[in-house]
Amino acid sequence: MSAAVRPDEPQVEVTLCPGGPMLLRGATHVIDDDGRRVPVERPVVALCRCDKSGRKPWCDGTHKLLPLEI
Amino acid sequence: MLLPRARGAISAEVFARLLQAPPGVGTVPMPPGWPDHFEDPLEDEDLQVTLWALYELHYKGFEDVEDEWEWDAGMLAVRRELERSFEAALRTLAEPHVRAVVGGKGDLADRLFDLTEAFEGPELSAYLQRTATREQTEEFLALRSIYHLKESDPQSWAIPRLQPAIKSRLVELQFDEYGGGRPERVHQALYATTLERAGLDPAYGAYIDDVPAIVLATNNAMSLFGLHRRLNGAAMGHLGAFEATSSLPCVRYAAGLRRLGFGDDAAFYFDEHVEADAVHEQLALRGICAALALDDPSQEADIVFGAVICLALDVRFAEQLLGAWDSDANLLGPEHDGVPVPA
Repeated sequence: MSAAVRPDEPQVEVTLCPGGPMLLRGATHVIDDDGRRVPVERPVVALCRCDKSGRKPWCDGTHKLLPLEI
Repeated sequence: MLLPRARGAISAEVFARLLQAPPGVGTVPMPPGWPDHFEDPLEDEDLQVTLWALYELHYKGFEDVEDEWEWDAGMLAVRRELERSFEAALRTLAEPHVRAVVGGKGDLADRLFDLTEAFEGPELSAYLQRTATREQTEEFLALRSIYHLKESDPQSWAIPRLQPAIKSRLVELQFDEYGGGRPERVHQALYATTLERAGLDPAYGAYIDDVPAIVLATNNAMSLFGLHRRLNGAAMGHLGAFEATSSLPCVRYAAGLRRLGFGDDAAFYFDEHVEADAVHEQLALRGICAALALDDPSQEADIVFGAVICLALDVRFAEQLLGAWDSDANLLGPEHDGVPVPA
């Protein structure tokens, strides 16, 4: 039991998707480029890493339209 | 797990039968007029509407049909025969694409992302964004209502069949589809609002008599994959391809609705899918499909099969819809309506 996370202990997991966004699991807020505190409203969110999303800080799939090497 | 040991005459007989090959074709009489084979199952309106109705018995059913029919052996045999023809046609359609992806180099998720990006089809979303009339947009919304009003339900059948690590990813995705604990955010409910704001009928199944075979086939493929444990991989591959071809078109659908003045409430369903599906495509292709193939490599071919079917039927739908509009015709209409069933 020692390795188990206590249920009341906040835990955030970050997953980097190859060629894609960063997944955040368990986050409550994201501070964006302009310092705005944006609430997280779904269990997992995808953060833009290509800087071209039309809905930053969230990914909107735009990375798929970019050339492979930039 | 092996079959349990029999505990009496009935379990002994039933388990003995289960250990034999299933009897297959011809054990239950089919309805009169049953053909030797279906020429083109994907476009056969009679086959598709029958299959759709038999699948619907497992979802909400019909007010005028007794619930017992859901598990009537004879009716299940009819469904099974239709499914055999349907699945064979789907396999034929998908085969060349499946062969190109299965066993390829690299992570399966990357290969599936590449597949979705390389799959050629007409740009329905660009047309709806820039060119479509209000009537055409309403037609599109009504055609898509058959699925979106039961959105995600066909994939929920897969949940108990997956191993825990992959199951947890699917449930995480489905939790978001079902509103994340907020009933008003269930995607099915958001789509009903879109229909209502567009002046369309938001009732479940309202347009069923007006949709062509391709729309029924698209829905039936998801039910086929979802209801058969054997096709679990195809169900997840379909989900992955669906999610991976959603965010960018949804940006355009939302823009199209706003261009025509449908308003923010009507566009919200599509706004929601831009962000949601940018997450879901990663969960579905990496967390579910690639993980499933890693866990059981024999699943890879069916995962790719499901993904290809999602893309191929979507292309057919777009071709038929844009083709109809190009010749000032419609895909939605009373010509698909059959005859009233005598009571």
